[in-house]
Amino acid sequence: MSLLNPVLSAHWDEADSFTIAGYQRHDGYKALAKALKATPDEVIAQIKESGLRGRGGAGFPTGNKWSFIPQGDNKAHYLVVNADESEPGTCKDMPLLMANPHSLIEGIIIGSYAIRANHSFIYLRGEVVHVFRRVQKAIDDAYAAGFLGKNILGSGFDLELTLHAGAGAYICGEETALLDSLEGFRGQPRLRPPFPAIAGLYAMPTVVNNVESIASVPSIIQNGVEWFQAMGTEKSKGYTLYSLSGHVTNPGQFEAPLGITLRQILELAGGVRAGHELKFWTPGGSSTPMFTADHLDVPLDYEGVSSAGSMLGTKALQIFDETTCVVRAVLRWVEFYKHESCGKCTPCREGTWWLVQIMKDLEAGKGSEADLEKLLDLCDNIAGRSFCALADGAVAPIISSLKYFRAEYILHQTNGGCPFDPVASTLFETAGA
Amino acid sequence: MTPEQAVAAVDTVSAIIDGVEVTVPKGTLIIRAAEQLGIAIPRFCDHPLLAPAGACRQCLVDVEINGRAFPKPQASCTMPVENGMIVKTQLTSPVAAKAQEGIMEFLLINHPLDCPVCDKGGECPLQNQAMSAGRSESRFEGEKRTYEKPINISSQVLLDRERCVLCARCTRFSEEIAGDPFITLNERGALQQVGIYENKPFESYYSGNTVQICPVGALTGASYRFRSRPFDLVSINSACEHCASGCDLRTDMRRDKTLRRLGGDDSAVNQEWNCDKGRWAFKYITSRERVKSPMVRGADGELHEASWPEAIAAAAAGLKGKRVGVLAGGRLTHEDAYGYSKFARVALGTNDIDFRSRPHSDEERDFLAAVVGDLTTTYADIDKADQVVLLSFEPEEESPIVFLRIYRQVRKRAMPVVSDAPIASRGSHKLNAKLVASAAQATGLTAQSVILVGERAAEVEGALSAALELAKSSGAKLAWIPRRAGERGALAAGALGNLLPGNRPVVDSAARVDLQSAWGVPSLPTTPGRSTSEILTALSDGSLDAVLVGGVDPMDISAQALEQLLNTFVVSLEISHSSITAIADVVLPVAAVVEKSGSYLDWRGTARRFDKGVEDADLRSDVRILSILADELGAPINLPTVSATAREIESLGAWDGARASFTKREAKAAKSDEFTLVSWRFLLDLGSLQQGEANLAGTAKQARAHISAAAAAKLGVSEEDHLIISSERGSIELPVSIREIADDLIWVPRNSPGSQVIPSLGFTSGAVKVAKR
Amino acid sequence: MSFTTEELAVMDSIIARYPKSRSAIMPLLHYVQSIDGYVTPRGIETIAEKLNLATAEVTAVSTFYTQYKSEPVGEYHVGICTNTLCAVMGGDAIYESVCDRLGIKKDQTTPDGKISLERIECNAACDYAPVVMVNWEFYDNQTPASVNELIDGVRAGNPPAPTRGPKELRTWKQNSAVLAGLSDGLAEEGVQAGAASLLGLNIAKAQGSK
Repeated sequence: MSLLNPVLSAHWDEADSFTIAGYQRHDGYKALAKALKATPDEVIAQIKESGLRGRGGAGFPTGNKWSFIPQGDNKAHYLVVNADESEPGTCKDMPLLMANPHSLIEGIIIGSYAIRANHSFIYLRGEVVHVFRRVQKAIDDAYAAGFLGKNILGSGFDLELTLHAGAGAYICGEETALLDSLEGFRGQPRLRPPFPAIAGLYAMPTVVNNVESIASVPSIIQNGVEWFQAMGTEKSKGYTLYSLSGHVTNPGQFEAPLGITLRQILELAGGVRAGHELKFWTPGGSSTPMFTADHLDVPLDYEGVSSAGSMLGTKALQIFDETTCVVRAVLRWVEFYKHESCGKCTPCREGTWWLVQIMKDLEAGKGSEADLEKLLDLCDNIAGRSFCALADGAVAPIISSLKYFRAEYILHQTNGGCPFDPVASTLFETAGA
Repeated sequence: MTPEQAVAAVDTVSAIIDGVEVTVPKGTLIIRAAEQLGIAIPRFCDHPLLAPAGACRQCLVDVEINGRAFPKPQASCTMPVENGMIVKTQLTSPVAAKAQEGIMEFLLINHPLDCPVCDKGGECPLQNQAMSAGRSESRFEGEKRTYEKPINISSQVLLDRERCVLCARCTRFSEEIAGDPFITLNERGALQQVGIYENKPFESYYSGNTVQICPVGALTGASYRFRSRPFDLVSINSACEHCASGCDLRTDMRRDKTLRRLGGDDSAVNQEWNCDKGRWAFKYITSRERVKSPMVRGADGELHEASWPEAIAAAAAGLKGKRVGVLAGGRLTHEDAYGYSKFARVALGTNDIDFRSRPHSDEERDFLAAVVGDLTTTYADIDKADQVVLLSFEPEEESPIVFLRIYRQVRKRAMPVVSDAPIASRGSHKLNAKLVASAAQATGLTAQSVILVGERAAEVEGALSAALELAKSSGAKLAWIPRRAGERGALAAGALGNLLPGNRPVVDSAARVDLQSAWGVPSLPTTPGRSTSEILTALSDGSLDAVLVGGVDPMDISAQALEQLLNTFVVSLEISHSSITAIADVVLPVAAVVEKSGSYLDWRGTARRFDKGVEDADLRSDVRILSILADELGAPINLPTVSATAREIESLGAWDGARASFTKREAKAAKSDEFTLVSWRFLLDLGSLQQGEANLAGTAKQARAHISAAAAAKLGVSEEDHLIISSERGSIELPVSIREIADDLIWVPRNSPGSQVIPSLGFTSGAVKVAKR
Repeated sequence: MSFTTEELAVMDSIIARYPKSRSAIMPLLHYVQSIDGYVTPRGIETIAEKLNLATAEVTAVSTFYTQYKSEPVGEYHVGICTNTLCAVMGGDAIYESVCDRLGIKKDQTTPDGKISLERIECNAACDYAPVVMVNWEFYDNQTPASVNELIDGVRAGNPPAPTRGPKELRTWKQNSAVLAGLSDGLAEEGVQAGAASLLGLNIAKAQGSK
């Protein structure tokens, strides 16, 4: 029995996996027919019972989110899919949409039916044109097949689905910023309350779900709650996509029940690249505090990662070996957060501006040990003080790297600069490795 | 929460802030509740009249509810007080204090240390709060963000981006309050900055408010920039002389000179806002065109400076025993207007007085005398109106604070607005106004509706009758909103041919007797007086011998008005040299606003008093000069000072007897000419009180002739072309603007550069010929 | 010069996709870029007019998102991922090499208008690092040498096909139209998944999971 359990990726090796024919060859859209025979509340109850939690990072139970939508309020409801996948290291939704867009569309139809939405949106990051093509084509084909539009499968349920391209803004992955962006504004987060379930898109009750979360819905409807619950751990049910990248022999996607460990995945992937050893890694993207080799056996589920001091996040396992300068890595991440800060609130906007300058000095060996204290104090003044979680993500790599690699920061100072050879970290360098 | 909301709220909640219990209306934000306890939580983005933003994060406090503490400090400007809440501000929570100190440090890292040359220095919320809530020394050793400085975002407003703390008060004001989102936050992250679209300056009538609410020196007004330090200024409460909205103003003076004006705080009227005209149009006070000394026309036909006794004597000699008309003008204070009114009746023995120096009608005169004095509509009625009907009234152009009130309700609850304007102005667009052909087509009015009639209703026969009819049949609240600040006061003062002070009808003998006894005079003239146009006609045909003129621009009345004054004895009370002083026989200089005290009655009929700002002003208020002149004429009016006048007005009170009568007029049939000209004035135009302020004038709307697409096709013109609009008197030439308007109408601004309708065409509305240039 | 009647009609069709017209601002900006190559004043003014917005409101949106360009970019817009993982694994070296090859730096365009360069953030293809995007098409597992070949191909008029994308590399303007929601009919071209995407599946199959 393999540790892996491909569901969403089960047929990605078929050349036409992204087509409606390819999808239907493997029972595609059968879950939809099943769901439409149940009442919307029954669908919500099933998803709630399954224990499916958000796969976009926060891990909020999907069924609960759906159940917050007020019913019988005579208002338009919206389901908005967050396909803005931009968290550094995160690369699961794009291959999923490239190879299997219909799983998302089927999930959207079922989810929309459950929350009584008649118009839904996919907010796809704009920097992936071919993914856009695939999703748009899948939507068009779903319309042609009668899965979208009026009176879907004779159920009386109508649904319009609109694909919307973002245009390069990490913050739009934050659900309220996404909604503002979709409404045609600058993608800056909104005040909460009101929460999207009460006043979301166009101030109407709205559910915002991650691609993978929604794409998982048809499998639950089709195979049953028990099938899903049988996978994963006590509070982290089901399967999910783990994305392994970086200094490994074989990077790639691994679909497995929640709770697998990095050690297990690395074994399957042929380990850290030959001749090297694991130095640090992220469990769920750059916003999740980094881990080291000491954390190889942490169960990669919501609770396991959290109790080890980080977050499961997007399950983006970025692996860095001993050739990598952690100060350089962190600097680059902080530069990312500075670039992507929306500008709305002071600590994030000004704080990331300042952090980058300090990190640059530290990388160049110009800092002092007092600067490390100042750095940590600034992180303390940023984390939990900003409008949304972006700035919390910005300080996570700093705080966690200082926790595990403080000596390396100091080494930059005593060395008068970075002691690492960047060439050694590259994939195409052989001599220096 | 605004005070009105606070009054409306019935439910209260209680919480403990820094150990002290406070009970506030439900929905009150923590930051406001703390204010009630005298606890000032530092803030930048927070503004009580703007929607909460939570952007600057300066107001972080520790909060727990029913024993459950929030894991991190919360923005007190976005969180409403709840029962069982315990709030610890910087005063009692080290976490909150450190959080605030941290935010302040972040705000300062990119802020320039240019306080010594910054206009805001000395009155700067950032400076002040950095002292109270900041660190004594910065730990920032890096590079500050710099920008090219400053940039003109309009001819009047400058932006120093590196000073900006990105609180978004200015952009939120422009969008939420003014409906003019011409400045926005652009770019992202640390490069986020306030800006305009490159081809569209920040030309909002309300742009000055952004300068006022900017918590740093990022936005400055060109006319005040580098002029003064706040601690050198003396602030006086004043009233705005520009329109009938009734704004509370703060005037800041240094050595008797007005340096700037700011919106004052009156929640019942302008809240904290004002318009750019009210803020910036005050250079006329210090203009070189001011008349400084009395002048008398000599035997040589020229005006010569004269002493006050000489000038008073010359005026008295010219008026004594003559048939005199009085043109009071619409810019007078209530007290000055009262002076003219009493002077006409007591010193000149006539009812030939009219304050209307603009197109007017007998229908209007009767409406004013019979109806307006008793109207009680207020801003609060607009706040709760189920719909607002605008008749011959463009609030954004003609009473901009009334506009803000209406807009607020349109934005807040999509309050319906109906307008009888022939073309949708930008203001109408913002109000989402439904355009109707006439008052009769406004439907669904209730007692909760508000009808606002402008002074231009006088230009359409039957319009005021229809407005009154609509109000009566629906029970809706009615208000008459003139453009000028002095008209409602002049009406109350009886500066009208058929009306004596306090709503006393001229034809009512009991009212006259009442006034005679109050004034201690044996009799008052009994015949209703002439209107402005009748006075002018009488002057030109010799039925009248002389005229006393207040602040009047004859071109506001008619093209002929000045000519009609040429062969008569003219006494002019004026602040500046004008076309009237040029032909006057005696010119008596009078004080402008800051040089005198007084009050204006706004459109509601409510007085706003103001004090003199210039202590040793040489010039006196009109009423005082009129009182001296009356003495010289041997018919004293006993109004030696403004305060004495105010006391007399007060003790005289309003007439409790019958009102003047009003006879309904029928609307005239529409004309069938090729084109009919329609017009109104832009707020910012060639008005004489805006003179000398080029920065403000630079933000005025450009004059264009608006015609329909069909008319444009017929004329063979596009928006690249110019039109010649002509009447028998003359013509104007304007670029074309194609808009939604009836095919037989052409709209132009009434008194803008290139489009002075009365002098050029001889009327404000009527048949014109239109051709491509 | 204003847009053609046909172009204006396309804008109307984009607006019609949404319950509220303002939502169309982003696809309309992509569409303007598909015609003009960047966000031109006429684009801003037309969008403002169509959506009943102030021009400043359109500028506020267009300057927020990095894909909207306020200056012309090249016919082929090369984005080199220099976020941490790609940078460490070779993105930084690729960037230096490309700068040398083209004689331009980030946010610049070659004088012939052919190629422009950008340092991009994580593009969600980390298992294919180092990643280079051209006109937002994936070029996976790049090296300085492979990117040089790519650039030479672009200059010679025969760029190599994207790793996971259509058979032929489309231009910046053409791909901007796709992002505006205007189909180019190429969805079915290219692989369904790259090797890394299939890694777990293949291992699972080899191990005999269901």
